[in-house]
Amino acid sequence: MNTILEVKDLKKSYGEFAAVKGISFQIQEGEIFSLLGPNGAGKTTTISMLSTLFAPTGGDATIGGHSVTKEPMAVRNLIGVVPQELALYDDLSARENLVFWGQMYGLSGRSLKTRVDEVLEQIGLTDKAKNRVKTYSGGMKRRVNIGVGLLHKPRVLFMDEPTVGIDPQSRRAILDSVKSLNQQGMTVLYTTHYMEEAEELSDRVGIIDHGELIALGSQAELNRQVGENDTLILHIDESQNGEALAVAVRKIRSVLKADITDHTVAVIAPEAEEIMAPVITKANELGIKIRSVDIQEPNLEAVFLSLTGRALRD
Amino acid sequence: MKKLFLIGLKDVRLAFRDRAALILMLLAPFLLTLGLGFVTGRFSGGSSSGISHIPVALVNQDGKQIGNALVELFQSKDLDELIDPTVYNDTSSAYKLVDDNQAVAVIVIPIGFTDSIIPPKGQTTTSAPVQIELYSNPTAPTSVGVVKTILDEFLSQVEVGRVGGEVAVTQLVSSGRINIQDAQTVALSMGFSQANAASQSTSITLRNVTPSGEAVKFDVLALLAPSMALMFLMYTVSYGGRTLLSERNSGTLPRLLVSPTSPVQVLGGKMIGIFLTGAAQMFILIEGTTVLFQLQWGDPLAVTALVLAAVFGAVGWGMLITAVAKTPGQVNAIGSAIMLTFGILGGSFINMNNMPVWFRYVTKITPNAWGMDGFNTLALGGGLHDILTPVLALLAMGLVLFGIAVILFNRRGLIEK
Repeated sequence: MNTILEVKDLKKSYGEFAAVKGISFQIQEGEIFSLLGPNGAGKTTTISMLSTLFAPTGGDATIGGHSVTKEPMAVRNLIGVVPQELALYDDLSARENLVFWGQMYGLSGRSLKTRVDEVLEQIGLTDKAKNRVKTYSGGMKRRVNIGVGLLHKPRVLFMDEPTVGIDPQSRRAILDSVKSLNQQGMTVLYTTHYMEEAEELSDRVGIIDHGELIALGSQAELNRQVGENDTLILHIDESQNGEALAVAVRKIRSVLKADITDHTVAVIAPEAEEIMAPVITKANELGIKIRSVDIQEPNLEAVFLSLTGRALRD
Repeated sequence: MKKLFLIGLKDVRLAFRDRAALILMLLAPFLLTLGLGFVTGRFSGGSSSGISHIPVALVNQDGKQIGNALVELFQSKDLDELIDPTVYNDTSSAYKLVDDNQAVAVIVIPIGFTDSIIPPKGQTTTSAPVQIELYSNPTAPTSVGVVKTILDEFLSQVEVGRVGGEVAVTQLVSSGRINIQDAQTVALSMGFSQANAASQSTSITLRNVTPSGEAVKFDVLALLAPSMALMFLMYTVSYGGRTLLSERNSGTLPRLLVSPTSPVQVLGGKMIGIFLTGAAQMFILIEGTTVLFQLQWGDPLAVTALVLAAVFGAVGWGMLITAVAKTPGQVNAIGSAIMLTFGILGGSFINMNNMPVWFRYVTKITPNAWGMDGFNTLALGGGLHDILTPVLALLAMGLVLFGIAVILFNRRGLIEK
């Protein structure tokens, strides 16, 4: 496979604040690559730089061999962008929106009409194409939002958290459409803070936190970073001393790691069931009340936890 | 270039689908014009042509050359459509007409009026100055304004003639061309000719605009309709500017900027959108008032040129407001303030002719003032060549302001990065 997107030491700062701290990665043609990270990790800023919206303060990236800093127009012809927030004209119909955005990508005449019809079919809105977007449900608007990004058949599609704030049914439809697009040969850069989405969709995942790419690889490769270990997650009350519990739990034999984040203590061990009893004993000794316990087998959430000491949803 | 028009047409479509914007762009100026038309009596009395046959009472106590000339002016054929004069001998009967709302004004020409301007026979100096009295009906300000304008013009010409005559006679004496003894005769002769000239000319010229030679009548709506249209044009341009910032917030502007569309194209497209929306608004208002109120705007070609120039000047202001403001709310606030301020400065609410000269210069920063100059000229029968100054001024205004806006946008960027 060819490398279609290459990011080299990409940086973005706002005054003293570094939103992206020199990240590097490559995406192969035909791949679905996910950037996984919590809110504020730098995912949207990264996509904004790659889509030429923001100029990087350092480093560069090439898409299809074109530099995002030196040849932005060439890059824009190769990419499609599905922004996190809906970016549509509410007082235009779905068809009018698609026609306008198609024109902005240089489509016209018969090819524009044909392509708009195809996309409407693809997003399942042919019947309601004449209705104004403001009359649509949230899920329907999301579908139009995605449709706009597909109009000109981009080689690389950037999707920035496209499932935020929508119902499970629409979410399912979007994930299926991403897979379908990829099967048709489209390269996808997908950002999310939902571990399940990254796991389901991605050929490879980059985990990003505080503007740094802290892990990169296939899901199997990343899982190996936490080995075959389980993660025991203890939810405690706000008034309880979680730090004391984490310190006490670390002394239990076979516990590899224990960290406290807010009111959650994450304990990593080869077998979660084996340490459950001694952990609860320690909690009782400290007078700490445990509200609930989860056991997590090796997954991206555990990888993130192991790398940052924090849960992904935080 | 094609993208500029596509972006512009999209904005026009969106503007005309926004009910709130439509109310302020079209309904509000239309209703205000209608309301002010009623207030000023434009729709009362069954006349569809606006102010005409203004009843004026004249009391000529002077009875000499210049007093008679003033009466003749009000009785002249040129003003017979506009003024309906009646001459009275006593002031009390004339005042009663005004008090009973049967006349809008009484003009009392006092004894000695002519003698205060031209030395009486056998004397070398004029008598003590006297004042013409205008007794007016406060319920008819527009009609009174017309009468006052005619009177002011007459007096102004008489005064110019008197001063000019004095200077001329003094120079003739000092150069030895006439004897000091003949000075009075020469001055008298000049005074008479000036009085006759004043009675035969007035700045309220009624010019023909139709091939059949039909005279244009003074119509108060010809002032109100363009002033309201121009004031609400300022709303439209600030609304258009606001959409740029709204699009920034709604994500469509960033989306445009990641498509193969340059910031210059986006900005140019926005400007075209605002321009087309403003022009559509003006033409709809013009067409509406023409059809419904039989308002004569003047030469269609010249009206079109003036509308396009006025919209261009106003768009410059709209772009500048947008470049200065950071949020759509700020554009709303600044735009509303400017709309009202420009409305006042442009003469939408008060007569700028009563303002000091320096103040009238200040009003020229507004497209409203230039626009009103042009529309008034056209309503009185002027053509394209008569409105070249306002048209060029408006185009220059638009260019300069758009240039400043572009510099500000370049400094800050279309979106905060």
